[in-house]
Amino acid sequence: MQVSMTVNGERVSHEVEPRQLLVHYLRETLDLTGTHWGCDTSNCGACVVLMDGEPVKSCTVLAAMCHGHEIRTVESLHAGGELDPIQQGFHERHALQCGFCTPGMQMTARALLDENPDPTDEEIRTAISGAICRCTGYKNIVSAVRWAADHEAARSEA
Amino acid sequence: MQTPAPFEYERATSVEGAIEALERLGSDARVIAGGHSLLPMMKLRLASPEHLIDINDLTELAYIREQDGEIRIGAMTRHVELLKSDLLAQRYPLFADAETVIADPVVRNRGTIGGSLCQADAAEDLSAVCLAAKARVVIRGSGGERIVGMEEFHVGPYMTAVGAGEILTEVRLPVREGAGSAHEKVERRAGDWAIAAASAALWIDGGAIVDAGVALSAVGMTTVHLTRAEELLRGKAPSEELFAQAREIAAEDCSPSADGRGPVDYKRHLAGVLTHRALRRSTARALSQEA
Repeated sequence: MQVSMTVNGERVSHEVEPRQLLVHYLRETLDLTGTHWGCDTSNCGACVVLMDGEPVKSCTVLAAMCHGHEIRTVESLHAGGELDPIQQGFHERHALQCGFCTPGMQMTARALLDENPDPTDEEIRTAISGAICRCTGYKNIVSAVRWAADHEAARSEA
Repeated sequence: MQTPAPFEYERATSVEGAIEALERLGSDARVIAGGHSLLPMMKLRLASPEHLIDINDLTELAYIREQDGEIRIGAMTRHVELLKSDLLAQRYPLFADAETVIADPVVRNRGTIGGSLCQADAAEDLSAVCLAAKARVVIRGSGGERIVGMEEFHVGPYMTAVGAGEILTEVRLPVREGAGSAHEKVERRAGDWAIAAASAALWIDGGAIVDAGVALSAVGMTTVHLTRAEELLRGKAPSEELFAQAREIAAEDCSPSADGRGPVDYKRHLAGVLTHRALRRSTARALSQEA
């Protein structure tokens, strides 16, 4: 079947099998391998992308269900040669070790700050509770999101 | 790699269109809403529908409103909307209790109340919530609508009263004064299924419980309706002693299985404790003293 959607601001259209999952469409058809394919059971959150601005687990959404919708992947964060504050925060606060969970963590965090620019640590922890990191113990990830929130606020005031 | 078996996909653009597709395609067709129960089952081949009818475009089924003495919730209302609803927070706070512990925020962006109820998984929270709240559901087919009480909705594990060529369109909750409700759940870790969960709703007038709804998740083959506890509570003044009796009934009337989440005696004990807590909290809320 023919499926058309917007991915990172670009219109794409492909013939897909109805059973193809969004994560595989992104990685294999569009070659956007930044989105990681992890547990495949909607538990780990490595595959999180934004669908119409809301974080979803792309292993549990069919590509066909995205027809006519807008998808944002981790590749969209790094726009115009500049890192997104979320990415900078991960760098500044050493919020990754192996990096497998990072794309999902960053897209989940991006959606949080888009909705709530000044979250408490508790709100950050709740937002990322659907994403599993086996390296960091989450402390640095929470700190990175906090860093991004502070720097986005400073930027918008400047 | 887990991928569902091949199927044909089509999108419904109206409720009537979805019903027409179900009638045309027969028993090999399934409706897909959020897909967070159905797609995992399809990956594991526990479900292998040959046709999926996607109803995500039916935004006319996404609403929470008060009308004719009831709260009406459209079947396509997503978990996140149930969690954020001021109307439900005011009338039935057990929804927010449950929604903060159903899966995780990202899953809650997709999953729907209609999908949860129709999945009819005994470990799922909203079935107990709706049973305790004495909800009725609206089921639509080509011949019109019928209304079924939650106590008759689940006819077996993963089986509901929704028949061939029918879809669930709405959940209705009674609005009565003196209501208080709560949902209590214990899970192994954030986002997991319940080890056990208890839902309670009480309607208190003049110092007495005029009506009660109590139900349990994850401790039986289907959602457990604690009718004996409801009978016990009705007509009596709320008290710790009364709730302790209901707690005994909950532990006796559930039928949990031993698994990785715990042995049977532990789950029975937990079901009792959570029932007690849910009743205590429902009472405090009915009397406007948050526990």
